[in-house]
Amino acid sequence: MNPPPGSRASAAKKSAATVSWRDVEPAPVVLVSGPEEYLAHRAKERVRNLLRGKQPDLEVTQLDASSYTTGGLTMLASPSLFGEAKLIEASSLAQMNDEFLADTLAYLASPADEVWLVLHHGGGTRGKKLLDAVKASGAPVVDCQPMKKDADKLDFVRQEFKTARRAIEPAAAQALVSAVGSSLPDLAAACSQLISDAESAVTEETVEKYYGGRVEATGFKVADAAISGRGAAALASLRHALATGVDPVPIVAVLAMKLRQIAKVKSAAANARDLGMAPWQFDQARRDARLWESEALARCIQVLAETDAQVKGEGRDPEYAVERAVTMIATSARR
Amino acid sequence: MSVWSDLPGQSAVIEQLSRAAAAERPAHAWLFTGPPGSGRSNAAKAFAAALLCEQQDPAERGCGTCHACRTVLAGSNADATLVATENVTFSIQEMRELVGKAQDKPSSGRWRVIIIEDADRMTERTTNVLLKAIEEPPPRTIWMLCTPSPADVLVTIRSRCRPVSLRIPPADDVAALLVRRDGADPELAGFAARVSQSHIGVARRLAADADARHRRDTIVRLPLRLRGVADAVTAAGELVDISNADAAAASEQRNESEREALLIALGAPEKGAMPPAIRSQLKRLEEDQKRRAKRSLSDSLDRVLIDLSTFFRDVLTVQLGTGTELVNEYLRQDLTSYAERSTPEQTLGRMDAIAQARQRLGTNVAPVLAMEAMAVSLL
Repeated sequence: MNPPPGSRASAAKKSAATVSWRDVEPAPVVLVSGPEEYLAHRAKERVRNLLRGKQPDLEVTQLDASSYTTGGLTMLASPSLFGEAKLIEASSLAQMNDEFLADTLAYLASPADEVWLVLHHGGGTRGKKLLDAVKASGAPVVDCQPMKKDADKLDFVRQEFKTARRAIEPAAAQALVSAVGSSLPDLAAACSQLISDAESAVTEETVEKYYGGRVEATGFKVADAAISGRGAAALASLRHALATGVDPVPIVAVLAMKLRQIAKVKSAAANARDLGMAPWQFDQARRDARLWESEALARCIQVLAETDAQVKGEGRDPEYAVERAVTMIATSARR
Repeated sequence: MSVWSDLPGQSAVIEQLSRAAAAERPAHAWLFTGPPGSGRSNAAKAFAAALLCEQQDPAERGCGTCHACRTVLAGSNADATLVATENVTFSIQEMRELVGKAQDKPSSGRWRVIIIEDADRMTERTTNVLLKAIEEPPPRTIWMLCTPSPADVLVTIRSRCRPVSLRIPPADDVAALLVRRDGADPELAGFAARVSQSHIGVARRLAADADARHRRDTIVRLPLRLRGVADAVTAAGELVDISNADAAAASEQRNESEREALLIALGAPEKGAMPPAIRSQLKRLEEDQKRRAKRSLSDSLDRVLIDLSTFFRDVLTVQLGTGTELVNEYLRQDLTSYAERSTPEQTLGRMDAIAQARQRLGTNVAPVLAMEAMAVSLL
């Protein structure tokens, strides 16, 4: 069933509305903007499914804004012989060409009936004129910002389970985020796996069973543990980092950077501004420097240079080389 | 005036090459070897000029005054091709093109000469492309390859080339060349020739450029300033920064003018966005420039390490009392007191650390880290 034309017109008169990707409703024009591809994908999927639910004969067309030719949008939006509803999904607006900009601006002034246009802009300033025009027209805007904080990711997990009417214990959600939280698509896939498999509330044991022993670690985590002399923790997080796909080369680079900072703050006259370090980095390095003797520092820098050569092809086993360096650094710090 | 006059201290090579130039059929492939700065590519160029020289009498070839001689030396002769790379290595495509070109007949002279500077900057696969052309040479093509050492090319290539080995020219000869050719101040030329250890190109820059002299002085005095780990790490950072600035200064202006020339050649719009076809061309140019910058940085760092090693060479000379002339004679006082504070074994260890840093820079180790490891070894 189609909504009467009057309701469409009144919807378009509302002022610009930023809606969450979970609640976006179909509208003549929807703008999905922001760098997080996965959320944009979910928002577009939701619009498509909602429309399909209302109109099974919906015709979906993909449009690439970077290779658009004049008149394409009008052609797609003009009524067809069978009068079915149309959903046009325009992507890569961040690389849109001038033809697309002109045509879409014209289209915004008089959107066609029975046509839903979803615009996906990946971020950046290209086509700002169009974005502003869309916002001014009152079309819903879905803002897809990457989730950086663990709290956001936890919220995401909770929402996923809530939508699916499943329960997850807070501790289990926490474990899930620390196991696969670095990439949102992975996290979402893990959620949907657990939702479809689990029969009752998801507990920490269930997460442990599926993703047990997998902890995402970065080079920084490894370096922090090693520099402060916590050998066991450093080696464990090194193993986790290597197992979850972190390359040995950046790990060595982070270790080298940390040692460099410690060496620099060792000089009495050092201050954060001259060294080009942020104040918190400087304080951190000062604290770490208390554990380090000059001789140990010199020896570790030499070992790291050797390790860097080995992880870049001189040695046979890069993982062994970086493990050796981490052990050496962790045992050289004075505890 | 003859084509050989800019090759200081290489009389044996000059004799060998002029005899070959006078011959009816010289060998088809030549391998010029010698330490960096000894004038390998200049020797090859002079030989090419002599081969193409228009003098009737074979014994007078290499006159340096005829049209062919002058165009070859200026790099504008149609029959003499000089290839060099500004990247870390030659690409295999470049070599394939060259092999195709080698099949052409000479257009006006007796020979088609192809000179490959830095023939060591080739991967084994690329060298094999070249090997085919050297194995079965077209009748009137002569190849000249330049490398620091015969071991730098594949044994299969080496065995098909007539060797020409240049020696390190005596400092006095280099100084005389700088005075005669570049009009340098005789005293300065002597100094530059000595501290550059007879590297002609470096000596020329040192004699002409006060900044370059100042920079070298800073580098050579570096060991005198090292007191602790903090100094060493800071100094290493500075050395890399100096090299970076050096490389950037040389390329910045050139990169910009290359970009402008490309935009004009492609007829790019003056304002507005670039069409995709032009964008991809620009991207390729930027990648080439990046590769060139990388090479330029590693060359610059290598030079820093060579300058630094002259300090320890001198320290060792003093410690062992060999009485050989010091490279950095002007620092004798500092060198002597430094020598008294350490043992020859330590000095050798430090020289090894410098050599190791050079080797590591070649295997892609992060430059700052390699320099830091070297600097802390000098403590």
